[in-house]
Amino acid sequence: MTYNWDFHAVWQYSDLFLWGLGMSLLYTIGSIFFGVIIGFITCAARLSGWRALDVAARVYQELFRCTPLLVQLLWFYYAFPLLVGETIDNHVAALLTLSLYVGAFYAEIFRGGIVSIDKGQREAAAAIGMSPWQSMTRVILPQALKRMLPSFINQSVIQFKNTSLVSVISVADLAYMAAVVNGQTYRPLESYTIMAALYIAMLLPLTQAADWIEKRLRISD
Amino acid sequence: MTTNQISADAPIIEAVALRKSFGTHEVLKGLDLSLRRGEVVALIGPSGSGKSTFIRCLNHMEVPTEGTIRFRQRKVGNTFRDKGNEIGFGTLRRHVGMVFQHFNLFPHKTVLQNVIEGPVVVLKQPMKQAEELALDLLGQVGLAAKRDAYPNHLSGGQKQRVAIARALAMQPEVLLLDEVTSALDPELVGEVLAVIRGLAEKGMTMAIVTHEMAFAADVSSRILFLDHGVIAASGTPQDMIRNPENERLKGFVSRFHG
Repeated sequence: MTYNWDFHAVWQYSDLFLWGLGMSLLYTIGSIFFGVIIGFITCAARLSGWRALDVAARVYQELFRCTPLLVQLLWFYYAFPLLVGETIDNHVAALLTLSLYVGAFYAEIFRGGIVSIDKGQREAAAAIGMSPWQSMTRVILPQALKRMLPSFINQSVIQFKNTSLVSVISVADLAYMAAVVNGQTYRPLESYTIMAALYIAMLLPLTQAADWIEKRLRISD
Repeated sequence: MTTNQISADAPIIEAVALRKSFGTHEVLKGLDLSLRRGEVVALIGPSGSGKSTFIRCLNHMEVPTEGTIRFRQRKVGNTFRDKGNEIGFGTLRRHVGMVFQHFNLFPHKTVLQNVIEGPVVVLKQPMKQAEELALDLLGQVGLAAKRDAYPNHLSGGQKQRVAIARALAMQPEVLLLDEVTSALDPELVGEVLAVIRGLAEKGMTMAIVTHEMAFAADVSSRILFLDHGVIAASGTPQDMIRNPENERLKGFVSRFHG
């Protein structure tokens, strides 16, 4: 069967695709920004040596790592408001959930990077009289960040794709807009192909960059 | 810390009734040591006798379970900074350098950057002054030409000589050497021992944990034999290695003489 491709019908809605793409990018950048902060705090709690903080951080991490993001979005948008007796804006629910979700993973990436540094490094820093802070910022982190970078980029790529789930709570991201265009044109093949192509166009440079960085880092080691 | 004047034969660093347990396992069972200026003490003994743990207690790398460390006759406390009459372990480490078995150079820094790190970051020395001293020290350990190399491009012996220069850049009053040749290929041991011998000749106060018996006998003024967490015997190199009386020591030394 030959399908009669007709991008023209769909392309009239290019501004919707662009708007959706913009939204997806915004949610990605926003949730990465807050996710890094949450991940950093969580990682600090895990490594603080305070048992209560460590346990609290772990509970948070496991809750968010062991439930699907889709379930979390539905819960925060539909269930959480009943718990607190306030409605919650779908944009807020989306950003909150995405940030908490990725923060749990970032925390593990940060923690893994830090604990992977040989304890001899900490001892060498201590032996020349460095404070724990100096040791962390001048010796441990510069080495740990290099090790974290590939996983960090990888998780951020996944995060971009994950933003497509916010369409289920009516946030007008790229996936949502593709569905809207399909509804207007009855052209699912074109609508969804354009959507897929846009995701690829955004992410392919990122994955390529990640590979390149990883290779570079391996050489400089 | 204020440099209070102390008499020449007063100990620089002392350990009194030192005990250390890891969980229920007691590694050090009450050890005393007193190091005077210019003294070189070698610690020998079988693996697991506690020698490494012992010198690691001297710069608070391990926290003693019981007992006291005194530096220039001031008790070392459990805080990084000085507190009341006690000096902090941060202060202690500025004056007591340590070199490790596995070098532990900072791999993300060049040789020169490794050596100036302590003076610049901890002692707040101006960069230029720190570099001058570092280049001088690198010259002394024969590695001035490697100043811009990264540690991964050096041999084990070279790494260890850089690590010694890094410790010396703090201009320590005492140097602790923890099995510094144990991780080296046999042909690289000599170059590191030569550097340490040079330090001893210049009057550096040192505590050296080593398995190199001939070297211990040659470089030290006193040898301590540790066994099962106590000092089982101590004396001059002559008494300890050439004519050991203690039965355990005799057995230990004879294995090295083949």
